[in-house]
Amino acid sequence: MRNKGFSSVVRNEMKLTLPSYSVNEGVARAVVAAFCAQLDPAASELADVKCAVSEAVTNCIVHAYRDSVGSIYITVKILEGNGVRIEVRDRGCGIADVKAARQPLFTTDPSGERSGMGFTVMENFMDILRVRSKPGKGTVVIMFKRFAGRGENK
Amino acid sequence: MMNSNCGFEHEYNEGELYVRLRGEIDHHSAAMLRGDIDTLIYEKRPQRLLLDLSGVGFMDSSGLGLIMGRYSLVREFGGSMAILDPAEPIMKILNLAGIKRIIAIEKTKGAKKK
Repeated sequence: MRNKGFSSVVRNEMKLTLPSYSVNEGVARAVVAAFCAQLDPAASELADVKCAVSEAVTNCIVHAYRDSVGSIYITVKILEGNGVRIEVRDRGCGIADVKAARQPLFTTDPSGERSGMGFTVMENFMDILRVRSKPGKGTVVIMFKRFAGRGENK
Repeated sequence: MMNSNCGFEHEYNEGELYVRLRGEIDHHSAAMLRGDIDTLIYEKRPQRLLLDLSGVGFMDSSGLGLIMGRYSLVREFGGSMAILDPAEPIMKILNLAGIKRIIAIEKTKGAKKK
């Protein structure tokens, strides 16, 4: 199966579109965490999700729309079996070399005091990270995580 | 809500600058914190910077950049730095980046808190 044991059955779904203002980093992670809370995740699991979402959204703001303001499209799906699928999409500048960008400490913005750890955080804090990008078209980040919490969603 | 989700208090004593961050540290808040903390560092030129993270509820990789940037600046002035009392989720991202190989992480159990 493509997504390593994650069900394709969607139990609930939310969409959120935000302009790429940095104040929306906090908004995005709070809203996604609130939506995920229905699965009754452990506090540490929710902290992981918040951090991963914050990284993905920050990438849109700092990199994708570096010289402009654009829309960030976030879709969260609650999957059967206590899983969650989070998609963060932009129509920004895109990434020329995704493989290089995913390496720890990689950054194209040395002036801005970026740590280059964004994708590394997403990769480590979530179960699956997929990144697709086209220069000039935009980037899609898709992350999956299963919560060990005993939550039963309806 | 523009800038109210983070902030810090500080104390300066005989070469030691103690900064207690609070709130959520992300790219948005780090930009503001960076300027204010650097103003203090330039002014005091501390021999030691203590960055207390016990009041930080959220931090992403922008926080790593903030920490490493302050470390570089303090070192420029010949000073050293330590991180105090990060909560569990903060510790997780510090460990992921291997920060403790560069900067000491100390548990004071609140002894240093105001």
